[in-house]
Amino acid sequence: MSTESIAWPAPEAAPRPLVDALHEWVSTVDHKRLGILYIVYALVFLVIGGVEATIMRIQLIRPHNDFVSPQVFNQMFTMHGTTMIFFVAMPVVFGFANYLVPLMIGARDMAFPRLNAFSFWMTAFGGLLLYYSFIGGDGLYGAGNAPDVGWFAYAPLTAQTFSPGHSTDFWTLSLLVSGIGSVGTAINIIATILCMRCPGMTLGRMPLLAWLNLTMAALVILAVSPLTAAQVMLLIDRYLGAHFFDTQAGGSAVIWMHFFWVFGHPEVYVLVIPAFAFASEIIPVFSRKAIFGYPVMVAATVSIAFIGMSVWAHHMFTVGMSSAANTFFVLSTMAIAVPTGIKIFNWLATMWGGQIHFKTPMLFCVAFLFQFLIAGLTGVMMSVAPFDWQLGNSYFVIAHFHYVIVGGILFTLFGAFYYWFPKMSGKMYDEPLGKLHFWLFFIGFHLTFDFMHVPGILGMPRRIYTYEPGRGWDIWNLIVSIGVFFQAAGVLVFVFNLLRSYFRGEIAGSDPWDAWTLEWSTASPPPSYNFATIPEVKSRRPLWDLKHPEDPDWHYE
Amino acid sequence: MRRTKNSNKAGVLRIFLIVLWTAAAAAAAEPASPLLSPTNIFAPMSTPARSIFDLSVFVLAVSAAIFVVVFGLLAYAVVKFRKKDSEEAREPAQVYGSVQLELAWTVIPILIVVVLFLATARVIASIQNADQPSNAIQVTVIGHQFWWEYRYPALNVVTANELHIPVSDRAHPTPTFLTLLSADTDHSYWVPRLAGKTDLIPNHPNSTWMDPTETGLYLGQCAQYCGTQHAKMLLRVYVQTREEFDRWIREQSQPAHVSDTVSEGRRIFERTACVNCHAVAGTTAKGRFGPDLTHLMSRDTIASGAAPNTPENLRQWIKDPDTFKPGSKMPAMGLADPELNQVTAYLETLR
Repeated sequence: MSTESIAWPAPEAAPRPLVDALHEWVSTVDHKRLGILYIVYALVFLVIGGVEATIMRIQLIRPHNDFVSPQVFNQMFTMHGTTMIFFVAMPVVFGFANYLVPLMIGARDMAFPRLNAFSFWMTAFGGLLLYYSFIGGDGLYGAGNAPDVGWFAYAPLTAQTFSPGHSTDFWTLSLLVSGIGSVGTAINIIATILCMRCPGMTLGRMPLLAWLNLTMAALVILAVSPLTAAQVMLLIDRYLGAHFFDTQAGGSAVIWMHFFWVFGHPEVYVLVIPAFAFASEIIPVFSRKAIFGYPVMVAATVSIAFIGMSVWAHHMFTVGMSSAANTFFVLSTMAIAVPTGIKIFNWLATMWGGQIHFKTPMLFCVAFLFQFLIAGLTGVMMSVAPFDWQLGNSYFVIAHFHYVIVGGILFTLFGAFYYWFPKMSGKMYDEPLGKLHFWLFFIGFHLTFDFMHVPGILGMPRRIYTYEPGRGWDIWNLIVSIGVFFQAAGVLVFVFNLLRSYFRGEIAGSDPWDAWTLEWSTASPPPSYNFATIPEVKSRRPLWDLKHPEDPDWHYE
Repeated sequence: MRRTKNSNKAGVLRIFLIVLWTAAAAAAAEPASPLLSPTNIFAPMSTPARSIFDLSVFVLAVSAAIFVVVFGLLAYAVVKFRKKDSEEAREPAQVYGSVQLELAWTVIPILIVVVLFLATARVIASIQNADQPSNAIQVTVIGHQFWWEYRYPALNVVTANELHIPVSDRAHPTPTFLTLLSADTDHSYWVPRLAGKTDLIPNHPNSTWMDPTETGLYLGQCAQYCGTQHAKMLLRVYVQTREEFDRWIREQSQPAHVSDTVSEGRRIFERTACVNCHAVAGTTAKGRFGPDLTHLMSRDTIASGAAPNTPENLRQWIKDPDTFKPGSKMPAMGLADPELNQVTAYLETLR
């Protein structure tokens, strides 16, 4: 009997059943796993949103093209915008915050691990709800019909009269549900940063990434709440016969615009401040210098958040506000340029006199500086209300905000992927493939979004499924569409690089970049408890102090 | 190793330059006017568009100057401070900040912002708060899914999709003031060479004005997403000499032309659903959902600029509007061919 039992394979040697592994991921409350879930979720939607963009660009490659019907085109731009903002940018930002904040402040997890899991699954459910509209959008008809009201869904186009069926309801509900997840995560980030810092880490010694994510989370609470309120009002309008936005019964279309943009503009900062955070970590490490002007960087970020709450109506210069209101929003919008400029100068000063290593993360961050400079300047142009009366709602605006979101945010995000991939996976990515990704994407980005400014100046409005020949727009649209394929190729290289390196990459070690913040002091990937003993810090760069005991930072701060 | 890397970069750069050059060549070869486009915002022909243009040149110049300075610093840093292979792995000097520098790059941008703001505030006031002279032409524009209704209340004219206004003389301006309304969703009125865009929002009357200084046809289109056929809600503004404009007004204020040869077509028109949406002055057709057809044949286009107004197009439009504008609110009337011909023949008499 006994010999027989010895011959059986030991239970722990058996490969763990897939179901168990999946169950661990589904039921996890570990901030690192939830962070990775957020990031992978966002990457899936990035590809979906990218396909939607590609469909639009094929349709616009020449005038009077009929690759897709107007109905499908209108669904594509609505889904592209909604997906990219709510189900790519927000989750990926939350994913990195989730993963990095506890590690960088020397904590073992987020403050509320269960709330963390709940928030992720709400966001995930929101995305699924949005895409279910392709199957169930028309309800009784069953043929499927995605939302086609545009991502800012101006009233009264969303009223039952103009949007019968259920596609608009899927849009409303998916944002409502994912908004609950966003607010939950924001509360969690704030609580974590305020309460869970390791001994010695005063607010003034936090890595900039933590400061910037704290600001971002505060903005999320302020911005998402009015959006949620507006979605509830819209639902009541559609189903309980209220008239908040029902202009035919005395409601106001303009009120929706205010509600939407008081969310919508701070949302830009919700996305761009984490991008600033990545740049503020990556640029110093690859320049081999401490961040220049740390207190000023913090102050500039917080003032961007404050001023950012009072600029929303610059999205509404054409809706017929009084000249006094227009003038106020010109001033508040222009004022944002000052702290933003300060940040750019501080990054430049960080590189100045350094020893710049052009690894892939740094390449993306330098391109970010260049592109964000241009995006900021076109932003100043559009803050000039009369100029905006011409440029607003034209392709110039599309070019401008893609310069911010792709040229600014996505570029630093790619940088962040390459920078922290060794930490998250324990494996090193492939550097030549990373550089190939950079150059493909850089060329594609500039082909698409540099040339997209031109048709806007030549009078081409956004959201048109086709255009007339003879307007001088044809050639520009052709170039813009060609650029898309370079970007798509770049993203394919990126995904391939991540997958290949995950399975066959070299072992990265705990600190491949010779960096200075706490996440590099633990193993790669970090154990579930993050740190065997909770670290104690004396400066903003604890690992610098460790590596240079003769010249520690706390002598100077 | 290093050399191959550089040649890769050079190759990439070469491709980029070739594409750029092709684009420029193609743009130059296009038969378009010297303005690049009939809807170029940088070819203004009316006071509001012109003062926006002047302001934008100033803003562009300031932006270009800032770009040159900051980009120059960035390029210098990237070239000068990149790690050289010969350098030993020693950390560079750590610099934590500088109060003087921070003050400099705070105060200088604030000064630039103040200048830009003052220049902007002046132009906002000059356009938005412009007085309406007593001789101004007043037009009410009503945006519909997906066409434009024009009403000249003082001149008793109702028309659609093609706005006629008189040219304005700089010595004796006759500007046109537009009151902007919407019958359904949000739209936006944008004729780039004449004025910036202003939205048409239900329950929220807006206004704009223009005083074109040269006669001709000015194009534009709806600039606020308003539904399926937002793309084909085109704008055509005919700027005419005062005499031509007065003649046009006289013709448009006449009731519909009556012709006995097409009485069968007229009978079909008035007994089918056509009259629910369309009006023909002086007849029983009094619908207001669609364009007024009293002087249909005086217009160059149908379907809000989507197609030239030819008999074949008109017939096809009645037969199957989706040919030109899938998703428009005009239904396919389902008329048999003889009836279709008769209705088309009737409409062709509405001059």
